[in-house]
Amino acid sequence: MSLASPRRAVASTARNLALALIGVCFVVPLAWLVLASIDTNPSQRTELPEGFTLDHYAAVLTPEGTLLPLWNSMLLSTGSAVITVVVAVLAAYPLSRYRSRFNTPYLYAILFGTCLPITAIMVPVYSLFVRLGYLDNLAAVTFFMAATSLPMAIWMMKNFMDSVPVSLEEAAWVDGASAMGTLRRIVVPLMRPGIAVVFIFVFIQAWGNFFVPFILLLSPAKQPAAVSIYSFFGQYGTVAYGELAAFSLLYSLPVIALYVLVSRGIGGSFALQGAVKG
Amino acid sequence: MVAVSSPTIEGGRPTRDDPNFRAGRQPPRAGRRAFFRLLPIVPSILLLALFMAGPVIWAVVISFTDTALTGRSAREPQWVGLDNYVELVTDRDFPVSLVLTVVFVLGSAVIGQNLVGLGLALLMAKANRTVRGIVGTTVVAAWVLPEIVAAFAAYAYFADDGTLNQLLGAIGIDGANWLYDFPMLAVILANVWRGTAFSMLVYEAALNDVPPEITEAAIVDGASGAKRLWWVTIPMIRPSIATNLMLITLQTLAVFTLIWVMTKGGPGMASSTLPVFAYQEAFKFQQIGYGSAIAVVMIVVGAVFSIAYIRMLRPERRS
Repeated sequence: MSLASPRRAVASTARNLALALIGVCFVVPLAWLVLASIDTNPSQRTELPEGFTLDHYAAVLTPEGTLLPLWNSMLLSTGSAVITVVVAVLAAYPLSRYRSRFNTPYLYAILFGTCLPITAIMVPVYSLFVRLGYLDNLAAVTFFMAATSLPMAIWMMKNFMDSVPVSLEEAAWVDGASAMGTLRRIVVPLMRPGIAVVFIFVFIQAWGNFFVPFILLLSPAKQPAAVSIYSFFGQYGTVAYGELAAFSLLYSLPVIALYVLVSRGIGGSFALQGAVKG
Repeated sequence: MVAVSSPTIEGGRPTRDDPNFRAGRQPPRAGRRAFFRLLPIVPSILLLALFMAGPVIWAVVISFTDTALTGRSAREPQWVGLDNYVELVTDRDFPVSLVLTVVFVLGSAVIGQNLVGLGLALLMAKANRTVRGIVGTTVVAAWVLPEIVAAFAAYAYFADDGTLNQLLGAIGIDGANWLYDFPMLAVILANVWRGTAFSMLVYEAALNDVPPEITEAAIVDGASGAKRLWWVTIPMIRPSIATNLMLITLQTLAVFTLIWVMTKGGPGMASSTLPVFAYQEAFKFQQIGYGSAIAVVMIVVGAVFSIAYIRMLRPERRS
């Protein structure tokens, strides 16, 4: 940089300044969340706290306030991520390893499924759940959420599996291993990073999903944090901003941690590769 | 995508040399083998049939009935033929909602997220490492947060006593009551804030794949920055632009939580995009049948986009 011409240096400074300015615009609403959660007198304004307090965290960290909803979120997200990953690995194996007349139409259907806007079908889903008697059933909602993320998961999983060389499996076949045996002992261990990416991808989606449990789960004891935090927001005439912000941050921590894990540990562009580049 | 040679030792599709090919059917053992090979796909088919195809078909079915949330029509819905669709066409609110949806998608995704994301990626490519790290993390943070948390933050930002008016007040401007006077502007900006990270990440990856020799050649030929961007960089990343536009359009079409928390679709109908409109018709006015007709319209719109998207990806060419 020291060798750059003055004109270049000006351009470079302008670029950095423009970037920093956009960054400031993006950070302000986030800063509000953090500041309001520790302010003794929180409001909708973003300002330095009048006094520092952890009371808001103490107020929301009660069994029925946050712990039960967070536990429900954990059940819902882990459940649907496990179901999705297992079903997607099974489905991706024949799609990736065998050629069949069935593959192309199935992959088209999967791609079509990734494009289906889930919020668009929630009214009929509600009606279907009423018909089937699944309303307010945590297991049924878990399976539903697994199904909605399945198309993307199968697509990603097939791409990850395609990049696992087939020669090792051929050796195992020669030794008499079954297809399922090779899948379990050879393919799955080799594509562990890909499986982790899909698992975390589904988990984050389910953890942040508000609309689906909002429509399908009625009793407060079963609702995940996304829904209970919303009732927190609207229940009382005036919103308790400090507690809302504190709950929001507690609820966001797991997905932030998982995202950091994926982008640092497994490689950020790697995660997108499976999803976008196809 | 790497084309994996399928284990041909085991055969696969019958080839021309295969005597069975002419007969037009596989021998019974090959059929059985194909069945066992495809068996692992069955759980995924069951799940998708019950929870994805099921609701889509169900949506079409009940859009022809007067199904309601409660009362007699909830227990014994009647066939009403095309009544819901006729109501849709004559309903004053539906075209309003349709226009709002188009405005929301164009404003926040096609223009907002797409251009801001591209701009950020371009700036990032040449920026100071520290600045890039901090700004990148901030932009991504808004995207990683659960949607409802982002919606609360956006609500506090645009509220009458909120941060935006506080900032405007600091420079002597008396800000409007954004959520009431300009609800669409508020939700569009909020969605740009929340969703830009996705476009930024896609474009960062795409720009990384542009070979530096090509840009260097353009510099040697004396092309200015803007010309290089328009004639070299953008054509090189065109596939990523197309994919990104399609994905963010579909994502934005489905946005519910952000709008619901910030404005509840109001005041009146002023920010009711189709998902919010369908929700209100179904659960506030208790017309599940009518809400499903709106859902069918959204499914059709989504399908049009996905067909365009699938044509771009073409799975059969790649596998």
